[in-house]
Amino acid sequence: MENMISLLEQAGAAVAAANSVQELDQVRVDYLGKKGPLTALRKGLGKLTAEERPAAGAKINEVVQQVSDQINARKALLEAAALEMKLASETIDVTMPGRGQHLGGLHPVTKTLERIESFFAGIGYSVAEGPEIEDDYHNFEALNIPSHHPARAMHDTFYFNANTLLRTHTSGVQVRTMETQQPPIRIICPGRVYRCDYDQTHSPMFHQVEGLLIDKNISFADLKGTLEQFLREFFEEDVKVRFRPSYFPFTEPSIEVDIDRGDGKWLEVLGCGMVHPKVFEMSGIDPEEYTGFAFGMGVERLAMLRYGVNDLRLFFENDLRFLGQFN
Amino acid sequence: MKFSEKWLRELVNPAINTQALVDQITMAGLEVDDVESVARDFSGVIVGEILTAEQHPDADKLQVCTVTDGNEIYQVVCGAPNARAGLKTAYATVGALLPTPEGGEFKIKKAKLRGVESFGMLCAEDELGISEDHGGIMELAADAPVGTCIRDYLNLNDKVIDVDLTPNRGDCLSLKGLAREVGVLNKAPVTFVDIQPVAPTIDDTFSVTLEAPAACPRYLGRVIRNVNMAAASPLWMVEKLRRSGIRSIDPVVDVTNYVLLELGQPLHAFDLNKLAGSIQVRMPEAGEKLTLLDGNEVALNTDTLVIADDNGPVAMAGIFGGDSTGVTTESQDIFLECAFFDQIAIAGKARAYGLHTDASHRYERGVDWQLQHQAIERTTQLLLDIVGGDAGPVTEAVSEEFLPEARTVTLRHSKVNAMLAFDMPAAEIEEILIRLGMQIEKAADASWTVAIPSYRFDISIEVDLIEELARVYGYNNLPVKLPTSALPFTPNDESQVGIHDLRRTLISFGYQEAITYSFIESGLQKLFDDQYEALALANPISAEMAVMRTTIWPGLVKALQYNQNRQQSRVRLFETGQRFLPINDELVQENVLAGLLSGARDPESWTGKSSPVDFFDIKRDIEAILNLGGAGDQYRFVADKHVALHPGQTARIDRAGEVVGFVGALHPSLIKKLDLNGPVFLFELSLESLLQGHVARFSELSKFPESRRDLALIVDEATAYDTVRQITVENAGEYLKQVTLFDVYQGQGIEVGRKSLALGLTWQHPSRTLNEEEINSAVQSVVSALNIGAGATLRD
Repeated sequence: MENMISLLEQAGAAVAAANSVQELDQVRVDYLGKKGPLTALRKGLGKLTAEERPAAGAKINEVVQQVSDQINARKALLEAAALEMKLASETIDVTMPGRGQHLGGLHPVTKTLERIESFFAGIGYSVAEGPEIEDDYHNFEALNIPSHHPARAMHDTFYFNANTLLRTHTSGVQVRTMETQQPPIRIICPGRVYRCDYDQTHSPMFHQVEGLLIDKNISFADLKGTLEQFLREFFEEDVKVRFRPSYFPFTEPSIEVDIDRGDGKWLEVLGCGMVHPKVFEMSGIDPEEYTGFAFGMGVERLAMLRYGVNDLRLFFENDLRFLGQFN
Repeated sequence: MKFSEKWLRELVNPAINTQALVDQITMAGLEVDDVESVARDFSGVIVGEILTAEQHPDADKLQVCTVTDGNEIYQVVCGAPNARAGLKTAYATVGALLPTPEGGEFKIKKAKLRGVESFGMLCAEDELGISEDHGGIMELAADAPVGTCIRDYLNLNDKVIDVDLTPNRGDCLSLKGLAREVGVLNKAPVTFVDIQPVAPTIDDTFSVTLEAPAACPRYLGRVIRNVNMAAASPLWMVEKLRRSGIRSIDPVVDVTNYVLLELGQPLHAFDLNKLAGSIQVRMPEAGEKLTLLDGNEVALNTDTLVIADDNGPVAMAGIFGGDSTGVTTESQDIFLECAFFDQIAIAGKARAYGLHTDASHRYERGVDWQLQHQAIERTTQLLLDIVGGDAGPVTEAVSEEFLPEARTVTLRHSKVNAMLAFDMPAAEIEEILIRLGMQIEKAADASWTVAIPSYRFDISIEVDLIEELARVYGYNNLPVKLPTSALPFTPNDESQVGIHDLRRTLISFGYQEAITYSFIESGLQKLFDDQYEALALANPISAEMAVMRTTIWPGLVKALQYNQNRQQSRVRLFETGQRFLPINDELVQENVLAGLLSGARDPESWTGKSSPVDFFDIKRDIEAILNLGGAGDQYRFVADKHVALHPGQTARIDRAGEVVGFVGALHPSLIKKLDLNGPVFLFELSLESLLQGHVARFSELSKFPESRRDLALIVDEATAYDTVRQITVENAGEYLKQVTLFDVYQGQGIEVGRKSLALGLTWQHPSRTLNEEEINSAVQSVVSALNIGAGATLRD
């Protein structure tokens, strides 16, 4: 018995002294292995009487169990420590930047165009596109701007010859749509447009989104509502909107829309109006049956206001340091 | 149009301040661009008279003057060369406060200039903020009352309002028209100038014939003899003209300009003694020329109406007078013209000569065809008041049938309500129309017959009247709602790739979207395209923007250059847009997607130095976007040549036998020429093709294992992988699933001029396991086909 107590103490000391899983395995072999003292004791049970045998066997089993428990506990501890060491050695600096490609980004004009498109797509408008080199008819004549009209001077047109020009607005796309489609029509026409004018606030090329809605019973109130709502959604602000009488040959009444973003200054942001009956007639739509409104906005101008860009020319320099600000 | 607020208020004077007036007319559609004070704030400046002017003893450029304020005499040192005895000028007395250019003010003190005392200062216009003129001290009229405050004398407590009128509102190109509008908006009475006919004192007339009555249906003329051209225009007139941006020339020109501003009627005065025979208003004959008042000779187009005498054209009708018959200081007798020219006859004509005059501006927009009698009487009266003389009777050449007709327009109450989306009371409609000077007659069916005043050229149909109602009622007072309408489904063609997806895919590869000009420099264009002659603009803004691009590459390469010059070495750009291809007689405007790749493959990083990009980087990007619609296997890359690209690193991209694009390395000679850091890779693809994909189609998944064999082949260096791949696919049997090129090697162990390609072939049968013999036989037929078709041998 005393023998066993001392054996248990010795084994306990050996387990505690083991500093690795390998050393611990050796302790297991030394004490619990076939050649170990506990196996020897078990073998000696045969020498005992039948009465003594169960108690002695149970005692041996208890010691074996205790040693085994001690070894397992120590093993778990050592394994945990080893794992911890391994993990510690695998520690990386998670603050270092990730590997590989950076994302590029959309041009702010495209970004703005896509936002405008998505607002109008959401209320049932589809996108229509057309040629940038236009004929005089679709850019002017069909829009009630005959060749002698003073409004032509407002357009500063780039010409190739007397009949071919760079479109000064995307209204030609509206004309082409009206020529081929009967109402209801609900389209927006985004794209590049060109005017022969170049300074800090004018670019010879810029982008427009024009819109056209033709249906029965479309009124001035619908136009006001649509554009007011659009401007508030676009700026995500409760901007003040005012409608100012203006003049475009293709709309009557014609309107310029100004906004005030809280600083008391009115900024012109778009032009619009009710489609002129002559424009309807020229495109084969009955103005007694249908009415409609059209609007047009400069995308760069809206982008400048939205993002605070202060120079129009930046949009076409394609400086990566500029473009990257909108990613 | 610029005008003096005081002048307007002489005609109509609503009880609102300048700002309110400006806001009001802006919101009525007469947009005010600018409001400026006639002069800056200043005080203590009076009309002074220079009594003597002597050379300063110690300064070449200074004079010592004695100046009187009417009571006392002061010594003032002055640097202006025009300071002279007898001149009346603006005299800032000691204690006067003058504006500084920076916006502040400074006080005039007693001073010593080069040892001579000076009490005050003689002022130029810019020193009082009246104009930018610093040419000398102000030259006031000889009758200017000495001692009077200059602000009162010149009526300087006034604002100049610049209104930017839209082309439809020609009726507001005069003080009369503006006053009429302000009267309407304020329901205020307007005092129009009282014009009485001037009784003729002589019988002289000058004959006028209308040979083009459609273009000129009415021409009034009047002879005035014995005018005194030495007379000066009165200060009030000169000041009003100046505030409208018109310089005083001589009394006759000043008066015609004044009436133009006051009534909106252009007039012209000829020197009667320089006119030969009679006047004909006609179209020019081919080859006729005219020297204009500005001294320029123009060859007249045969569509330009002219005023001619027996010797030929003497004026471009409604646009510009001629030099040979103009009034000069020597003129004694004049012939006054006051005509109605048709809007269409004048429109666009001035522009054809690069001209734009106050007269053409008004005729193009429409002059009131009932205004001429009033205007000629008003002009006569003003002329007689200033230059004296004897007026003959007004003669009128008129072709009634070509005069505009008095217009009536029917206005339906129902249309007003429908367009404006509310029930505008009939009484209000009538009230607004009457205020606008219309005569109305109500019909039983809730409509009106509206007679349009002769000055409103812009009103000819019902909706024009509705606009007037909306405008006067106030756009912002009208109701607001959103359109309601049935919501049809919009088609959504699934086989189409969205352009948004293309853009976003490239963005995820690190590309930044660019937008470059559609017109570029011709020389640059030629460097990138030897196939098409780019379409040239007739009126380019500069040589850099002269021809329409036939490829987006030059724009992207310029953007690369711009960025490389700003220390950006890693550049990835793409652009979508149109290119303009003149193909035979037709112009093809094609939407394309183009990209540029240059610099390191990966961004600079702690992970190690990245190699520069190569052809296969850009090809990976293209393959990915070609595959977006699932139709990537329809495209083929074929080695080809392109003027802008490296001859050994160029691929044409075909789809179903059609060329849809090019990809390659920018030609090293272009890199050198454009001073770029290379290499640079470019692609350009037809957008139409890119967007056309197909709808996915499921095929049954095999439950049976795949088998793979790897082949190490040796082929000639020049043998294209695509050839090897095609032969492999054609000969590996129908159960071949995939071919992968997993290694390419040249060098030790491989004969010079040959290369080793390592191919992985994978087979799978849909309904059973392929056995060893089947695979081996497939491999065998591939190997022998490659040997025959591509000279390939197996590597030992």
